[in-house]
Amino acid sequence: MTVESTAARKPRRSAGSKAGTTGTKRTTRTTKKAQGTDPELVQLLTPEGERVENAEYDGYVADITADELRGLYRDMVLTRRFDAEATSLQRQGELGLWASLLGQEAAQIGSGRATREDDYVFPTYREHGVAWCRGVDPTNLLGMFRGVNNGGWDPNGNNFHLYTIVIGSQALHATGYAMGVAKDGADSAVIAYFGDGASSQGDVSEAFNFAAVYNAPVVFFCQNNQWAISESNEKQTRVPLYQRAQGFGFPGVRVDGNDVLASLAVTRWALERARRGEGPALIEAYTYRMGAHTTSDDPSRYRHDDERAAWEAKDPILRLRRHLEAANHADEGFFGELEAESEALGKRVREVVRAMPDPDRFAIFENVYADGHALVDEERAQFAAYQASFADAEGV
Amino acid sequence: MAVEKMALAKAINESLRHALEADPKVLIMGEDVGKLGGVFRVTDGLQKDFGDDRVIDTPLAESGIVGTAIGLALRGYRPVVEIQFDGFVFPAYDQIVTQLAKMHARSLGKVKLPVVVRIPYGGGIGAVEHHSESPEALFAHVAGLKVVSPSNSSDAYWMMQQAVQSDDPVIFFEPKRRYWDKAEVDTEAIPGPLHGARVVREGTDLTLAAYGPMVKLCQEVADAAAEEGRSLEVLDLRSISPVDFDAIQSSVEKTRRLVVVHEAPVFFGSGAEIAARITERCFYHLEAPVLRVGGYHAPYPPARLEEEYLPDLDRVLDAVDRSLAY
Repeated sequence: MTVESTAARKPRRSAGSKAGTTGTKRTTRTTKKAQGTDPELVQLLTPEGERVENAEYDGYVADITADELRGLYRDMVLTRRFDAEATSLQRQGELGLWASLLGQEAAQIGSGRATREDDYVFPTYREHGVAWCRGVDPTNLLGMFRGVNNGGWDPNGNNFHLYTIVIGSQALHATGYAMGVAKDGADSAVIAYFGDGASSQGDVSEAFNFAAVYNAPVVFFCQNNQWAISESNEKQTRVPLYQRAQGFGFPGVRVDGNDVLASLAVTRWALERARRGEGPALIEAYTYRMGAHTTSDDPSRYRHDDERAAWEAKDPILRLRRHLEAANHADEGFFGELEAESEALGKRVREVVRAMPDPDRFAIFENVYADGHALVDEERAQFAAYQASFADAEGV
Repeated sequence: MAVEKMALAKAINESLRHALEADPKVLIMGEDVGKLGGVFRVTDGLQKDFGDDRVIDTPLAESGIVGTAIGLALRGYRPVVEIQFDGFVFPAYDQIVTQLAKMHARSLGKVKLPVVVRIPYGGGIGAVEHHSESPEALFAHVAGLKVVSPSNSSDAYWMMQQAVQSDDPVIFFEPKRRYWDKAEVDTEAIPGPLHGARVVREGTDLTLAAYGPMVKLCQEVADAAAEEGRSLEVLDLRSISPVDFDAIQSSVEKTRRLVVVHEAPVFFGSGAEIAARITERCFYHLEAPVLRVGGYHAPYPPARLEEEYLPDLDRVLDAVDRSLAY
């Protein structure tokens, strides 16, 4: 199965009207597209792990060696293991909440590995796989979910901004940052992550427009995981999301978000053109949120199990494993070692989280302002006196 | 020439010009700030001299303006953004409150957000709806933001210098009805602290505390009261977050009476916070409850009614009389 080279930019008219049709059974439509039969979708690996040619994007992954393919596989497996551990830690009461990326590993690892060290990433709160690619210690991601901080890493340490919870806001930060990159004359690029739900936010549209007007080197990477908590795509859009780009004056591409190789290729394409000064691009990574929105969510209230089952057949990790095995790129030794590495990661995450101390109570007053603020000083002193009053009462 | 008489709008213009010259990271962003020089001409001539790469006409999207300014600040720039009118800031309110104010704390101090948001505010110019509002309390309530408002040309010049140099986001409320008032500006002076209040007129019988457009009114009130033999002290607060409570306390311990004046609605306004804190600090000094004069709990009225809505000489004097009657 080969995707037409121009398909990504010249979608069939019927695609738009199809998505816009109301009353279509959700599962039917999703299943059909998810099977990869839709020519809009850039795909390099079929769900069966078969490598398919794509004249437009093959060149962007022509350099990928067997070793690097194994590396992508390892990234996805470890990310999934980390994610599962975090879900368990939430169930055990060690985390207050967790937003699982289960099912979105290929979109995140493929795009994350497309970034260069000097690129800058603006994530939502679910980009654990991208954080992994950027070299952020995964245990650092857990502080905010445990409730010990609101963002526990230095954004400039790995050019990976803090998680952004309010939907879509970071698209503007990424665009502004990219405007700065352009002003500096740097040849790096910026990538903004968001989801299908965020596509409805005004900030995302404003970001598209600012990026287009200023020709900013920013890539908008939308993981369309089909669900914004309980709301399906039909509640967010009347056109396929990647087509939004056209109205703003830059290209949009829909990629199979469960295909790590295609996600890598398309993101490389977009980042490279941004670095060359050709402006923004929108990538819609068509994928599926296999788990709940967060550990507080109950998907059984709004979606059917058969939908999930259909997507399980296209699992991003399984697909690359099939490819690696068919091509004799990996043997049992590799998979066995990786399994051991996964368990070690899970163990480390567990230990670090359980040992993660509560912050000092005076942290409330820290870093409210960079240059200080009289009221914060006054209230800190009052708080200290109040705390000290207990010590006095206890005769400490 | 170090000392020059200039209008308040011109003083901000000169201050921005100086900031652009002094630091290549300073940017001006906003709607119509470039060729037009802003609807109040505050940025007049700056794009011509510094280029459209540094004085940037933006799309008409306030959230976009502030959101991209945050991104630019993360990249190391120091954006000074203009919101064209007070009533237009609300599309950007989310970015200001949710992102701009909190990002330094969220990063545990790792990133700084040196963004200045300029907002021409207040009434008295006969404008149409959404062009005369005073939303400063909505920003002062938010930790992480600093909120200031100059009342005269000299402060406008120096406070803008300090706001641009601040590593914290500063909401800079410009008293639009005073844009054309002229006063001397000494561009080589040593300014006082950005968040310090200033006694602009000494008195013994009662303290009038105000900021921005109401300082001039309070000085006129003090003149009128003096004719009746009453000595009013006028305090220009200059900063609404933080408020210089020490300065108010010092004044009230002397005069024993306080009236706070602002254009914004009295209900949950900055005067309410000042009244509560000063009552707490000066309980045994006060001879009368702290009184407030401001707008009503109603949408800002059509221009033909704004004189009824805004504090004026008689309304402030009425409050002075009520305080002195205790």
